[in-house]
Amino acid sequence: MSSVNTSTQQEPTIRTIVLAGNPNSGKTTLFNAFTKLRQKVGNYPGVTVEKKSGTLVLAKDRVVNVIDLPGTYSLAVRSPDEQIARDVLLGKLSDTPRPDVVVCVVDAGNLERNLYLVSQIQDLGLPMVIALNMMDEVERQGREIDVAKLSKRLGVPIIPTIANQNKGIDELTDLLANGVKAQYQRGWRMAPDLEEEVEHLVRLLVNHEKMHQQEAFAEALVLLSLGQKLKNEEKAISAKRFYKEELISQIKVIQERFKAKGLRARTAAIEARYDWIKVVLKDCIRDKHKKGPDLTDQLDAVLTHKFWGWICFLGIMAFMFYMIFTIATYPMDWIDFGFSKLGEWASAIIPEGVLRDLVVNGIIAGVGGVVIFLPQILILFLFIGLLQDTGYMARAAFIMDRVMSKVGLHGKSFIPLLSSFACAIPGIMSARTIESPKDRLVTVMVAPLMSCSARLPVYAIMIAVLMPAATSFQKAGIMLLMYLIGIIGACAMAALFKKTLLRSQKPVFIMELPPYRLPSWKAVVIHMWERSKLFLKRAGTFILAMSIVLWALMSYPKHSVEDTSEAVKHSFAGQMGSLIEPVIKPLGYDWRIGIGLIGSFAAREVFVSTMSIVFNVGEDAKEETLRESFQSAAWPDGRPLFTPLVCLSLMVFYIFALQCVSTIAVVYRETNSWQWPLFQFVYMAILAYLASLVVYQGGRLIGFY
Amino acid sequence: MPENNPKTILLSQMSVGQKGVIHEFAVESDDCEQIEEMGVTPGEAVEVVRYAPLGDPIEIKVRGYLLSLRKEEADRIEVRLSA
Repeated sequence: MSSVNTSTQQEPTIRTIVLAGNPNSGKTTLFNAFTKLRQKVGNYPGVTVEKKSGTLVLAKDRVVNVIDLPGTYSLAVRSPDEQIARDVLLGKLSDTPRPDVVVCVVDAGNLERNLYLVSQIQDLGLPMVIALNMMDEVERQGREIDVAKLSKRLGVPIIPTIANQNKGIDELTDLLANGVKAQYQRGWRMAPDLEEEVEHLVRLLVNHEKMHQQEAFAEALVLLSLGQKLKNEEKAISAKRFYKEELISQIKVIQERFKAKGLRARTAAIEARYDWIKVVLKDCIRDKHKKGPDLTDQLDAVLTHKFWGWICFLGIMAFMFYMIFTIATYPMDWIDFGFSKLGEWASAIIPEGVLRDLVVNGIIAGVGGVVIFLPQILILFLFIGLLQDTGYMARAAFIMDRVMSKVGLHGKSFIPLLSSFACAIPGIMSARTIESPKDRLVTVMVAPLMSCSARLPVYAIMIAVLMPAATSFQKAGIMLLMYLIGIIGACAMAALFKKTLLRSQKPVFIMELPPYRLPSWKAVVIHMWERSKLFLKRAGTFILAMSIVLWALMSYPKHSVEDTSEAVKHSFAGQMGSLIEPVIKPLGYDWRIGIGLIGSFAAREVFVSTMSIVFNVGEDAKEETLRESFQSAAWPDGRPLFTPLVCLSLMVFYIFALQCVSTIAVVYRETNSWQWPLFQFVYMAILAYLASLVVYQGGRLIGFY
Repeated sequence: MPENNPKTILLSQMSVGQKGVIHEFAVESDDCEQIEEMGVTPGEAVEVVRYAPLGDPIEIKVRGYLLSLRKEEADRIEVRLSA
């Protein structure tokens, strides 16, 4: 598409379009309609804000870039999302050109609050178009919007759209193809005293910082609103925003003047904008007919009801887990079957030797062991997408907030933590819905403490050894206990992190409860596909490397004996097992369990197959065979190895230890640093060691063996 | 004078279905801005829609949409009750 320049008659030429708007305004649906499937997802440099971009065909031979900004309510620089939105609009990011046009997606059913962001973006002086979305909801509210009048009053072209029905998209595209000019006069005014001071500050910024007028105006408002923070976080602000001491002291002088005059500078601009919006809308919206019964109201009466609210909530969660643990097992079996067939096929075509061993036992088995979780991840994201799109997610957070606030977390942390029971990976990825960066990080840090499905095989074999004669009811009890210990651990660690490492000024809990809407299947499927692709791609490369490393540890140095358990004993992994035996002996483990622990680092369920090799029962041994060899295993002095206490200690170790390369890879991606996954690995290892130590030594003290 | 209005109560003390007009923020803090940006500004009509099943947070209707905030936040907002 190099012939973009042929359209010289177009003025101004559009190269980059940015979509901005509030959360729940249908921005992503419009983005999907614009870009079809020509989109990609990445990260903005240095932050974990997701960068969604794609291309839009304006006309034949005219393809332009479209960037979907994170949905925000404001451009104040409070959260990373808002910071990025602002920086993109001001053209401050090196990898993103300043947009030529902003398409503001506005929820027509919630105009007043949506126009607040529009007003902020207008101040930046970019050419703008408003996509007045969800026009069908206005009809349902019994109202009518005079679009032409609104457009005139705002000084912005407006196209009514219903993005999920593809209505208005062509009109919007045509308008963009014809070019949009910036034409804006600020409609709102603050008190004259304030206006004067802002003017003063704008001049300072233009002169000292070489900003252009509009940027300086927007910046002046932010600087004045920083208030108390300017005092406390002087350094951070001056470092991040590169202001000279001189300028900062001048800002402080202005703020002092406000204080002396009793002017509320911080909120003056907010109130002035809203006052203006009210005046504008008064002329443009009118009630057409009596409003029918409100579906959202009726649904909320049940879904947030004191009694039925909990029933529905538990029902939805139970259904989600039922699907994950039943439906997902079919495709999981197919994947398992596929990888074992692939292994057989590879064995058949590669001559016996190191290469075959590497490919079959290292790569195929290792990657297969992780890809097998893909169906669970897909189903989880299907549910998360549906819950989010329908508006129920906010209700779940609303119901659970009281519980979560007990450990200092936000109601929105609930779904990520719950998802982690299936697999920590989607749990951690879905933590993106939490706006506060520190709350998000705490959630990510504790999510792997929730017992994921990969722990099930380990718990199952240990419980089988622990109490072979127990009824299934008793076994389920022990299993439940393991889950409970994990939950308690997660809560305790979250509370601890919130009080120490990730202490923050208590963030405000304000959350919109959007109207219930039918989900857009297209958006949900695209969402699922994106998440899974990220999992396979990012985690995949890392897992591949780790699989090879672990395979090498188990297979080298080569031992001449045919006996596989002897070979493992002499391998690096075996040597490491012997090496760490003194450290893990206080937990009741010998070097053989040590090998299992090392092998489990790739993925927890590998413990079972590793132990099968170590105890020489064959990799695909039945559970009973393995159980029997566990029961007869002993220390050199003849004491049995797998006593009930050791089994319990081992299970507790598996609750707490972060033995999962995929999680580490995903945490790396989500935090954009090695520091956090490393910290997480270490703290969880210490926690696991201490907890197992307490169980084993404490158990011995009170007479168990 | 609104200060002397006996009908000024805290948002957190309002019962379900009660309506009023936001009077002012009882405590000025950095968070006020964030709440105001969501449209909860002095002079604006507000209605308490419901409380969460565990009594917190609180759900209000403001500027035609539904917003939830913790009682802790609602404690700072003074409301003049409508007759």
